Amino acid sequence: MAGVEAAAPVQVASGMDLIHLESVNKVYGTGDAVVLALQNFSLTVSVGESLAVMGPSGSGKSTLMNILGCLDTPSSGSYWFAGEDVSRLNETELAHVRNRRIGFVFQQFQLLPKLSAWRNVELPLLYRNVADRRRLALRALEQVGLANRIDHRPNQLSGGQQQRVAIARALVTDPDLILADEPTGNLDTASSRDVLAVLRDLNEQGRTIIIITHDPEVAPVANRTVHMRDGRLVEELAA
Amino acid sequence: MSLFHTIETGMRSLLGHRLRSVLTTLGILFGVAAVISTVGIGQASSDSVTARITSLGTNLLTISPGSTFSGGVFGGSGSGNSLTMADVTGLQDRQNAPDIEAVAPVSQGRLSLISASGNWNTTVSGSTAGWLLTNTRTLDSGSFINAHDVATRTQVIVLGSTTASNLGVGIGDLVRVRQIPFEVIGVLASSGSQGFGNQDDLAVVPISTAQDQLFGGAGTVQRILLSATSPRTIGSAYLEANQLLLQTHHITDPSQADFTITTQTQVLSTAQAVTQTLTILLASVAAISLLVGGIGVMNIMLVSVTERTSEIGLRKALGATPGDLFRQFVIEAGTLTAVGGLLGVALGLAAGYVVPRAANIAVTITPLPVVVAVSVAVVVGLIFGVYPALRAARLAPIDALRAQ
Repeated sequence: MAGVEAAAPVQVASGMDLIHLESVNKVYGTGDAVVLALQNFSLTVSVGESLAVMGPSGSGKSTLMNILGCLDTPSSGSYWFAGEDVSRLNETELAHVRNRRIGFVFQQFQLLPKLSAWRNVELPLLYRNVADRRRLALRALEQVGLANRIDHRPNQLSGGQQQRVAIARALVTDPDLILADEPTGNLDTASSRDVLAVLRDLNEQGRTIIIITHDPEVAPVANRTVHMRDGRLVEELAA
Repeated sequence: MSLFHTIETGMRSLLGHRLRSVLTTLGILFGVAAVISTVGIGQASSDSVTARITSLGTNLLTISPGSTFSGGVFGGSGSGNSLTMADVTGLQDRQNAPDIEAVAPVSQGRLSLISASGNWNTTVSGSTAGWLLTNTRTLDSGSFINAHDVATRTQVIVLGSTTASNLGVGIGDLVRVRQIPFEVIGVLASSGSQGFGNQDDLAVVPISTAQDQLFGGAGTVQRILLSATSPRTIGSAYLEANQLLLQTHHITDPSQADFTITTQTQVLSTAQAVTQTLTILLASVAAISLLVGGIGVMNIMLVSVTERTSEIGLRKALGATPGDLFRQFVIEAGTLTAVGGLLGVALGLAAGYVVPRAANIAVTITPLPVVVAVSVAVVVGLIFGVYPALRAARLAPIDALRAQ
């Protein structure tokens, strides 16, 4: 992982802006097939906030999530993450930002089926050569209430438990941001409540959380909700 | 990601698809084994040809007649009968040919030899006393044909050791060739050669007797063997023989010569060129199978990348760089071929041990083809692994994650 340490990570402190999107456009396709997934989109998220992004499908939620998560770059406009302009980084640099600063939670859990719970949680640590991986993984699993499931494979866990393993995996690198894409989309009501409770706890401990969802039940967990339509921000509600 | 974890991840995924990994490995395994064993067989046959030719001595020169020309048709080289006993006598003149040590005319054919206890087909050569020296042979017992035998057309025969034992005869016994009784006067010491072209299965009679009673063609000989006084004088012996024959045949333009003189070195290099061509041919076929094995590796790696698209996407989201994923897939491909290559070496060496014992085909395994085959296998694996690995490294994380 040579060259990673070159840009010293900016320490984030409560109250400062963690995320600042400025006039971001994202265009897919060319010619007649052009789709404007994000249009002149600006958004600021402070450290310690919890934000719910809502909107119907096709509103640009997924595109926003990809750009926020440094999985994709804007076509134009700028994206400042913890004071750093990440909109012009190359693929390798983006990989380092994802690894160090962002923890992902996906709708489909995205656990590797052949690995035990703690091995799954350990994965992001492998990409930054951390010693002590098992201890860190166990601590993260403990935080999500799965200390007694560390050696279980994903198929031996319930959906809610699998999503909590995924949250532990997002947590294990001590990221600045947890980005959850429809975290309850594949869960029943009881499991959803568990998972949302875990996310709310994490936010209460000071972690910045962005939840992308179309489920109105999820939004109240966040202290701020934004709505999207046709690639634009349409209204902003304080919880 | 550290190299150790990259390798560990690669191994885990290979072990996760055991059957597929084993089958992919087999392609490389057989390719490498084929290269090693075919080159081994080629090497062994080249060695044996070389040994057979050098056993005749490196100061041997062979004179063959030129081609015939009758009615506008050229016969093949050696088909003429321009060489005579007069040429042999001329070449024996130490005054004109000081660098020629021994001369032996040869006229030969395959004939049936009949003894009291059996019969045996072998090559019967009519020659003179010079035969022993030019062929660098020695007698085991008895005596060889001498000048008196040639002059008086004695019905005597000298046998190779294999021939003598197959006929069950010894010195003083009678052997019939074309109903004519020949007395065995000598048996040659074994030359140690075996198999095809056995130098111990032959018979020699006086050339005059052979011309008169066995082959006909009085006065002409099929070939003349010369031995130079030493390996260093081959060049001058060649020139002396050439000069003498041009004179006695009344030829002024050397390009019109009705004879050809070849040295053992020429014969050796020709024979080596032939076996080398054969070896290359065999090895090329084997190399193609190695290539096919490599394509198999690429195929499986492409399947693996496609199958693991969402895993690749997840790893990217968790912070794997394109370089991490590239290395992981190249290492997987490299491992498949390296394991296949090493097992191929084992199979090739086993073949080198079993084939000579089971099929009487000599195999000589040298380190070079082994090293080359394994290196080629690994390089092939890496090259064919690069494209799938690049595909993995270049997958956009979002697209990869969406593929479920």
